[in-house]
Amino acid sequence: MTGLAILVAYAALFAGAALMVGLIRRRIRPRNDFTSLKTVTFGDESAITPDRAASAISILVVFLLWGTFTGSRLVPFHVPGPFIGETGFSYQATGEDGQPIKGQVQVFAGIEAPVEGMQDGADNAVVAAIPRGRDQLIQLPGDALATSVDGRAIAPGGSLRVDHGTVSMTAKGTLSFVADKGLQMDPIWLPSPEAVAGRFVQITQTGYQNFTLWEHLGASLLRVLAGFALGSLVGIPLGYAMGLSGWFRGWFDPIVEFMRPVPPLALIPLVIIWFGIWETGKVVLLFLAALWVMTIAARAGVSGVNITKVHAAYSLGASKWQLLRHVILPNSLPEIFTGARVAMGVCWGTVVAAELVAAQKGAGMMIIAASKFQLTDIVLMGIILIGMIGYAIDVLMRLAERKLVPWKGQS
Amino acid sequence: MSGLRLRNISMRFDLANGSHVQALQDVSLDLRPGQLLSILGPSGCGKSTLLNIMAGFLAPTGGQITLNGHAVKGPDAERGVVFQKGALFEWMNVRDNVSFGPRMAGQRESQYGAHVDHLLEIVGLEDFREKAIYELSGGMQQRVALARCLANDPDVILMDEPLGALDALTREKMQAMVLNLWKETGKTVILITHSVEEALLLGERLIVMAPRPGRIYKEYQLPFADQGVGQDLRQIKKLPDFAARREEILSMIWNMEEEIMGRQGTAA
Repeated sequence: MTGLAILVAYAALFAGAALMVGLIRRRIRPRNDFTSLKTVTFGDESAITPDRAASAISILVVFLLWGTFTGSRLVPFHVPGPFIGETGFSYQATGEDGQPIKGQVQVFAGIEAPVEGMQDGADNAVVAAIPRGRDQLIQLPGDALATSVDGRAIAPGGSLRVDHGTVSMTAKGTLSFVADKGLQMDPIWLPSPEAVAGRFVQITQTGYQNFTLWEHLGASLLRVLAGFALGSLVGIPLGYAMGLSGWFRGWFDPIVEFMRPVPPLALIPLVIIWFGIWETGKVVLLFLAALWVMTIAARAGVSGVNITKVHAAYSLGASKWQLLRHVILPNSLPEIFTGARVAMGVCWGTVVAAELVAAQKGAGMMIIAASKFQLTDIVLMGIILIGMIGYAIDVLMRLAERKLVPWKGQS
Repeated sequence: MSGLRLRNISMRFDLANGSHVQALQDVSLDLRPGQLLSILGPSGCGKSTLLNIMAGFLAPTGGQITLNGHAVKGPDAERGVVFQKGALFEWMNVRDNVSFGPRMAGQRESQYGAHVDHLLEIVGLEDFREKAIYELSGGMQQRVALARCLANDPDVILMDEPLGALDALTREKMQAMVLNLWKETGKTVILITHSVEEALLLGERLIVMAPRPGRIYKEYQLPFADQGVGQDLRQIKKLPDFAARREEILSMIWNMEEEIMGRQGTAA
């Protein structure tokens, strides 16, 4: 029910924002640049650029929905939450002695029952304090068997809507009350944004599971960097050799082509058996994750060199070594960078997964440990941090690429 | 002994289906130092194969090729090549491209610097020396390629349709530049081209090749290259002699193409 509500709200916000932005844009400034003057845009890939307004609103909407459905204080409006407060219903029952009795049940949902108030027991009145989000059995005086609630008949197994909740009868005939749940998510399923942010602040100060947050994240990053560096150190020369020598290519082709489709995660059990659950095992796993990607990238980089460039270099008097250093190496850099971006992504995903299996510290370890204690806010915080670091790595790689291989995609 | 010498060069490729292609048959050629030779022919006549053999990228299956008395065994700085396109190094700026040969030979900036700058001036790129290759137009890129080739001071310059990818106007300007460079430097130049006009303008000697098997069909000695140096090439093209030669060669190549088409027609 909540899921459907979220989906509908999301679709409405998507369409509504598009409409609003479109209207505002038409008001503000008629655009006259090259793209906006195109009449054919549907099907013209070059005319499709990401609308940055949509990106900004999209992020906003995620937080808005998150806040709306978790009762966040940061968001001014919420979907109805679980009922909290005082309510009640009347009942009729058959007492032990077969005499019909009548009375009131007073329910305090999610709040303390006041000490003062309606007298428990007097006039067959019952007071029930029910914790937020739970249901609770209600004992009628003298174990009387209820026959009707708020004037409507009830039988074992049946249930009735009353004010702010539902009364149901167990198979044995005991009444139970559950307050309306509303559409909000329980913090145990989805904590509010400020709860996650608060947890983030707390963990940056006190750490989690014997290590500071930076030690956890640093451990994961260090593993990725070590695995990636080793994988590149072996993979790039291997790829070059495979691109430059038929014997090398023939020899390593079966190995590379076999290992490439094996997902690194499938290697975790074997790596644990061979190298244990500590740092060595993780670095070996990441080394294997990066190795094949970098090998194939380097091989593709060498294969991608235009033969006329090679001919030109030789005709200008270059030796084989000079050709490798001044032509093949720089020419393969764009491919190497593409490979490095893929490899870093794979490594980052693999390290988190490896830490889920066994680790003392690390981003993955942090969230798996938190999930065991149902600390959903830490789990969410960890996922967000993992995502942001992965994105930051990719952005850095792209910046480096633009700096180091400016000729990529030109000519 | 000096000059480029081809003796009965043959080239036979084996195909995967067991048959073979005779790309070149008994091509013999003597070229004095400083000569300007253009090679023309319909597609498939083996002119690019011939250039690749002269450059040392391909080993002929028969015959000998020598330059200044020693055998040609592979690519070497003594034989520079200007390609149609795509041969410049995008990761180097214009000047580093031009100085590539001297740098590979181990020269220092002090040794090659002045020469490289002079060449950039000759090809009119002195203001573009720090520019990236991909920032240049096609014509400018070919001028870089020319300068790069000359910076190495080769004995022979081989040009494989160097102006083929340029637009007509740029092409005319570049033809004049090639002609002037040839006269100034006194290099032996061999030019492969598709264009009859270009072959007539840029050849003291002109060889027309015929296909199947690739062979020298006819050779001409032409006055137009000498007349054209420093002149407006459009005036040369208007000469009655030029027009007559052009028509003669065009119809010759036309007939060759017809013959190929006809042979293919009857075969099919």
